[in-house]
Amino acid sequence: MDARDKKRFEVVGKNRRRVDGRAKALGQLRFADDHALPRMLHCKMLRSPHPHAVIESIDTDKAAKHPGVHLVLTGKDFPIPFGIMPVSLDEYALAPERVRYVGDPVAAVVATDEQTAAEAVELIEVKYKRLKTISDPVEALQNPETRIHDYGEQGNIHRNQSYEFGDVAEALAASDHVFEDTFFFEGNTHLAMEQQASLATVEGDGKLLLTTSTQNPHYLHRQLSRVLQMPASHIRVIAAPNGGGFGGKCDPANHEMVVAKAALLLGRPVKICLTREEVFYQHRGRHPVLMKFRTGVTKDGKVTAMHLQTLLDGGGYGSHGPASTFYTGVLTPVTYEIPRFKFEACRTFTNKPPCGPKRGHGTPQPRFGQEVQLDKIAEKLKLDPAELRLGMVTKPDSLTASWLRVGSTGLAECIRQVVARSDWKSRYGKLPHGRGLGLACSAYMCGAGVSIYWNKMPHSAVQLLLDRSGQVTVFCGATELGQGSDDVLATIVAEVLGIDTGLVRCVTGDTGITPIDLGSYSSRVTIMMGNAALQAAGRVRETIAGAAAESLGIPPDRVVFSQGRVFAAEDPGKGMSFVEAIALAEAKSGTLSSVGSYAPPKAPGKYKGAGVGPSPAYSFSACVVETEVDPKTGWITVPKIWIAHDIGRALNPVLARGQVIGGIYMGLGEALMEEQVFRRLPAKLSDALVHRIPSMLEYKSLTALDMPEVDVALIEDPDPNCPFGAKEVGQGPLLPVMPAVANAIFDAVGVRIDEIPITPDKVLRALELKNAGKNPRIGPEQFPSVPYPKPTFVLPPWEGGDGNELKRPDDKPLPKKVAA
Amino acid sequence: MSAVPDRIHLKLSVNGEEAQVSFAPYKTLLEVLREDLDLTGTKHGCELGECGACAVLIDGEPRLSCLTLALECEGRAIQTVEGLAQGTKLHPLQAAFADHGGSQCGYCTPGMLVTAKAFLDANPNPTREQIKEAIAGNLCRCTGYQQIVDAIESAAAEMRSEMRQEAP
Repeated sequence: MDARDKKRFEVVGKNRRRVDGRAKALGQLRFADDHALPRMLHCKMLRSPHPHAVIESIDTDKAAKHPGVHLVLTGKDFPIPFGIMPVSLDEYALAPERVRYVGDPVAAVVATDEQTAAEAVELIEVKYKRLKTISDPVEALQNPETRIHDYGEQGNIHRNQSYEFGDVAEALAASDHVFEDTFFFEGNTHLAMEQQASLATVEGDGKLLLTTSTQNPHYLHRQLSRVLQMPASHIRVIAAPNGGGFGGKCDPANHEMVVAKAALLLGRPVKICLTREEVFYQHRGRHPVLMKFRTGVTKDGKVTAMHLQTLLDGGGYGSHGPASTFYTGVLTPVTYEIPRFKFEACRTFTNKPPCGPKRGHGTPQPRFGQEVQLDKIAEKLKLDPAELRLGMVTKPDSLTASWLRVGSTGLAECIRQVVARSDWKSRYGKLPHGRGLGLACSAYMCGAGVSIYWNKMPHSAVQLLLDRSGQVTVFCGATELGQGSDDVLATIVAEVLGIDTGLVRCVTGDTGITPIDLGSYSSRVTIMMGNAALQAAGRVRETIAGAAAESLGIPPDRVVFSQGRVFAAEDPGKGMSFVEAIALAEAKSGTLSSVGSYAPPKAPGKYKGAGVGPSPAYSFSACVVETEVDPKTGWITVPKIWIAHDIGRALNPVLARGQVIGGIYMGLGEALMEEQVFRRLPAKLSDALVHRIPSMLEYKSLTALDMPEVDVALIEDPDPNCPFGAKEVGQGPLLPVMPAVANAIFDAVGVRIDEIPITPDKVLRALELKNAGKNPRIGPEQFPSVPYPKPTFVLPPWEGGDGNELKRPDDKPLPKKVAA
Repeated sequence: MSAVPDRIHLKLSVNGEEAQVSFAPYKTLLEVLREDLDLTGTKHGCELGECGACAVLIDGEPRLSCLTLALECEGRAIQTVEGLAQGTKLHPLQAAFADHGGSQCGYCTPGMLVTAKAFLDANPNPTREQIKEAIAGNLCRCTGYQQIVDAIESAAAEMRSEMRQEAP
């Protein structure tokens, strides 16, 4: 152990003003739409009024002749399709021949100002031939024709998959009880405060620069190169600080391609800013998911096996859909021991805005079903829901039936904390009618083990540059969304070098000058960027320590970096300032720079599909929600929420707590009110499927007055795979909220709402059923027949499996080898 | 019928300074601030008066600049987020937002700050419930509001302490 490991942390774990906090409070931070350039033109897009139609012709003559118009673009200008995932390259910047949802962009106008562009867009004449519209997954299954896309599994099924880990039917048959429940989770959207904006220009060197609201500049960079048919080295993407992302700015977007192309054609800067209504149609948010759980349990409440089926409403394009489909199941076995697990998932195309990743990506939906079903199991078996869960949490350093490696876990401690803090034992089941407590848990990944496109390169890279002025500049492709990634970067570098974060300048999210980081998604940045930063900082520290040691006449491992000084461990008076140490090192070794990079460890599963779900670490959360339900109106009030989150270590507790409370807020909004829903216009209008509520007023979200007090416990048990032990906090804490609300409503008034959002009208209907002596439950009545494929069969680790698929259906478990 | 002029010319008072500006008469105060005066600190989230991101102070009162025509503002004192700090010294609200997690992405922050300033100027010693009510028209998607309320509470204490020090 060197001197560094022994010293106490000076930066990590301290409540600090975030590095970008001052600029934000001053309104000085420049978001994408805050940028303007000389000679800048403005772009507006024409969007389809039909949910599904063939474009027969587009006449742009009048628009092109409109005074002030510089350029009109249509689908023929964009022959190359794109998409975030290599298996779903199904979008065009402007639709060439087919539109697949109301809002699908078909043409664009570039003009001197927004007003002129908007006027000219109205002059474009498009002739459509309307096609049969698919409005939901059941319709998609029933109507293989007309196909929305000519690729996918079959008909209107985009993705269809099945995995079985151990013989689930056998285990269910041998169980004391089998619980069968169906749940529905309605779609909802990110509603980031910032509307997406992009500004494209051709720089003096002739290269394209796109400054844009994106979470993933690297993936956008690749897709721009593809669509524009230009070498990536001639394109620079700057991710402006995002005014919130939550997954909504992960996909490369049509408007980004359009302004880039327009700037190249015109040689002038071109800007676009989506209206709020367009943002609702751009979407890429939470998939509506129908779920069925068949779960076997022993009489004392241990799960024996689970069979989970999901059906996703994907919307009009692939987006992240192939990953989303996996995520409706793969993280299910991470929280509790599930000896055998079968998971079938199907994503259909529908003629609605594409769904994609939103905070928790695919996991909140099954977590809701799983955790509400556990509550029902506890009720039936007369067990305390907290004790039931505590009895089967996954163990540290264990494997799941599906071959995911659970590293560190603080779930048991999370449960104990929220139980104690909410006074669960004396209040659960004992509050007066109309008041209740509900408990739920979750786990989430700290970054995906596999990149979105297959490659063996690092997932994150960091470069450090230091010079004799004492300046420390850190470069990384990661993107600041508000989650605090710049602060994480500065914290790690500052801690290693014994300096204040104020000395570290972060240069991030710029494909022109920062080393590649895959992006701000999947809760990957703290772990992956953090490990890369730790390596880079460690390397440059070693160089500086070498020079300082020589000057001080001590061994390099006796050099301490602390509080802006570099000195001898045994004699702190013997030393120098950090700046002097840099100068010595610069003289000895030349210009000081270092790089670090990170790739996640190889996952233990070897079957095809084992790449989705593995993560270097998992975070865990437990949540207790208190509700008050008015039995006369069904109105739901949430006075307080307790959450414990296993974060490994909080690098900056102010920010960590902010992420937790923000996650709770978003989860509570999803639980109670947020929904991205569609309605058909009357046939005499157009029969179109339009967003019911594309405005911030009508898309209900919680205000400051609706938000309850949140009691936050951060559980810090450092994870060895994570920088200073720090796990994710951006997504995990959202996940247990929705089921905890549902469970609390049951405790309050004895009704089960098996679908999200849980609105007063549903509670009231359930109460009416209860009063009529019927099953007091609101939720989906049945799960449709889905043509899932034959499962990939893999034996769980404890049944002698090796992580590979068994090829023959009659393959029997291999006899266990006895250790010699 | 008199023709509507292409542009009108006005003197606006923004952050205590007089600004001469000419703009199309249909432009909102939000657009004139951002596009003609380059004061991009004021944000927009909906341009329909729903989110509060564009709030500015007009004669000390919080107003939605996206619903205010710039030509209505002649002779009125407009204050934006750019006018809160004194030189390089942050306003206590700005310092508190930065220190207590009141800003995550920072996009709602300017509107929150000016709304909170008007509120604290009139209510120096508010309860948490009163603070929540004051900012209920400003949406934030990141924080869950708790740390914003913490920040405003802390700034209020700081401002009261400054007042006491200034008093004879």
